Amino acid sequence: MTEVVATNETILVVGGGISGMTAALEAAETGKNVVLVEKNPAIGGRTSQLYRYFPKLCHPICGLEINLRRLKSNPRIRLLTMAEVTGITGAKGDYTATIRITPRYVNANCTACGDCAKAVGAEIPNPFNYGLNKMKAAYLPNKMAYPMRFVLDKSIIGTPDADKAKAACKYNAIDLDMQEETVQIKAGAVVWATGWQPYDANKIQPYGYDRFKNVITSVEFERLADPHGPTSGKILRPSDGKEAKNVAFIQCAGSRDENHLRHCSRICCMASLKQTNYVEERYGNEGKSTIYYIDIRAIDRFEDFYAKVQANPNVSFIKSKVAKVTQDDASGDVILHGVNTEGYHRYATPHDLCVLAVGMEPSVKGANIPAEILADSSGFIEADPANGAFFGAGCASNALDVNRSVQSATAAALRAIQVVNRVAKAEV
Amino acid sequence: MSNLSSQAAAQYNNNFLKEVEAMVEEGNWVKMCMQCGVCSGSCPTNFQAGWDHPPQEIFMMIRAGKREEVLNSQSMWMCTSCYNCIVRCPRKLPITHIMHGLANYAHRLGLAPKNQPTRHFAKLFWNNCIQTGRVNELKLSLGLYFKDGFKQGIINGLAMKDVALGLLKAKRLNPFELFKAHGCKDQKGIHAMLKKAHEIEERRKAIKTA
Ligand SMILES: Cc1cc2nc3c(=O)[nH]c(=O)nc-3n(C[C@H](O)[C@H](O)[C@H](O)COP(=O)(O)OP(=O)(O)OC[C@H]3O[C@@H](n4cnc5c(N)ncnc54)[C@H](O)[C@@H]3O)c2cc1C
Ligand code: SF4
Ligand code: SF4
Ligand code: SF4
Ligand code: SF4
Repeated sequence: MTEVVATNETILVVGGGISGMTAALEAAETGKNVVLVEKNPAIGGRTSQLYRYFPKLCHPICGLEINLRRLKSNPRIRLLTMAEVTGITGAKGDYTATIRITPRYVNANCTACGDCAKAVGAEIPNPFNYGLNKMKAAYLPNKMAYPMRFVLDKSIIGTPDADKAKAACKYNAIDLDMQEETVQIKAGAVVWATGWQPYDANKIQPYGYDRFKNVITSVEFERLADPHGPTSGKILRPSDGKEAKNVAFIQCAGSRDENHLRHCSRICCMASLKQTNYVEERYGNEGKSTIYYIDIRAIDRFEDFYAKVQANPNVSFIKSKVAKVTQDDASGDVILHGVNTEGYHRYATPHDLCVLAVGMEPSVKGANIPAEILADSSGFIEADPANGAFFGAGCASNALDVNRSVQSATAAALRAIQVVNRVAKAEV
Repeated sequence: MSNLSSQAAAQYNNNFLKEVEAMVEEGNWVKMCMQCGVCSGSCPTNFQAGWDHPPQEIFMMIRAGKREEVLNSQSMWMCTSCYNCIVRCPRKLPITHIMHGLANYAHRLGLAPKNQPTRHFAKLFWNNCIQTGRVNELKLSLGLYFKDGFKQGIINGLAMKDVALGLLKAKRLNPFELFKAHGCKDQKGIHAMLKKAHEIEERRKAIKTA
């Protein structure tokens, strides 16, 4: 049974992405007790799935590593992985949260030696790579995973594969009798940092994501460029493994659109500008990128980044929201159709690969949060006194980049600290 | 400029966007256009001859105050009402309706292009069907054939003669309809109803004074 000690001076942080980690660390480093709840088997969130970070184009690993080091050395943070909050009741200063923990079937003895994976035959889609490749059903969530511990997928429990895994483990780390658990904890304040998810590209029918293999999303493109990704960092297109040297980016795919997400997702312009660098990094002057856009929104100090990409002769900009995408069946190329609004020229342009700069929506939309919460029309949590001591942080509160997510998480932590301080005073 | 037209322009201080918002069906949507280009890119016809400006360009021209150019344009008359643009517009503009609203407004002001085929057909159709309450297809098609003069009319007619003979054989065409068309039962009632509707329409579309 999982033991969690918590009182109404504890701060509950939900979501272990960069925002949740930041909020948990900031609070714990001021001496507060924190319970950090993460749904996935490893923390890090979507930033860990990026190849490089704008604006400096460094690897996200380094930012995460600093935070992981802080986390490991802090005894005040109790981390629960594969855990989800199913209900929150109570009020400011006195909440009770119900948390459901799904079994990992691997305990703390695991050394991540990988023998179980070798023994298992079954394969499952790899969610870390957005399903672009498969992995063994006994797996480490990613190379940098924290906790550094394997998982047995529940699909093999009760099959001979599970027994093979158990037999292969020299450290007695596999426990096939683990059960789902539900625990209740007290908390004085809640920081909700469940982040974002890419908008479902299948819904954008004219772009054919569901029909054409060489139409992919921006998050999938990050994985294609990553040396730890499904193509070992070579940018190869899914239909035939051909090198994708002529890449089209479609901006506002599902954002700023009354038929899809109403809001501007704010990050996707910068993400595509950044991703043109990946194409050039792989293929030099042969790597060409074309960005189809309504207008480029490189928020505040990122304007310099935009100017640099604009000056790059390997990148072209076409002012046009693409009307539709078709496929040339013989070559597998995708053809983008529309009108260039600078001069009203119609185009039908073939590309090797088409990347949809998909919008960001809250991964848990306001109405689905298991508490009474005020959210905006897109489901992002509002900063409203009516929400008591329930504070949104990072992309749960808005479409933000990492820098702004961290700022927002620090602000949320500060508000939570103030609440539990008041609780502590009242109890003296 | 026709009298009505200059009166309308003056009423809105030569602010054409305001004029369109007040006078054109669904015209108040024009300002919502963000010039993304999806409507023009989705339109199955606007790259054909006759379309002088795609819908998005028309909306920009309205905001730029290009009154004569917009109202004299053929574009609105070329729209086939396929609704492709409406389905995809990220701002949900009722583009098709605005196009027809503009065509109608240009027609009322007497600024619509004179021998424009769609407009010619629309007028022919309307005048034909209100006479007896029923469309006389024979007269309608002959009217279309002879749009560009007698000689061209004969040529057009001959080109279609096989179709006409086929229709005759199948009893789908009665040549005597040319002399005495069969109409609806209560023609007087229909005329009265249309007159009333016309009055209401005129009142609704009269140039609004602030
Ligand atoms: C294509 C693309 C490229 C980008 N590139 C950059 C870049 O280069 N630089 C930059 O600054 N920003 C970039 N961003 C933005 C960046 O990804 C976000 O700012 C960042 O991920 C926000 O972190 P977060 O912790 O708020 O959310 P997330 O990263 O989404 O983390 C949320 C965490 O909460 C967990 N969770 C979700 N639901 C629950 C639940 N019910 N219970 C418990 N846990 C839950 C998730 O598993 C996850 O671990 C990019 C975005 C996109 C779309
Ligand atoms: S569960 Fe056992 S076999 Fe698998 S990685 Fe961990 S220690 Fe190795
Ligand atoms: S950031 Fe750019 S691509 Fe993303 S929704 Fe806004 S304008 Fe569109
Ligand atoms: S699709 Fe809509 S928003 Fe885009 S240009 Fe056309 S009318 Fe304007
Ligand atoms: S409704 Fe008219 S303007 Fe719109 S796409 Fe169809 S033909 Fe073009």
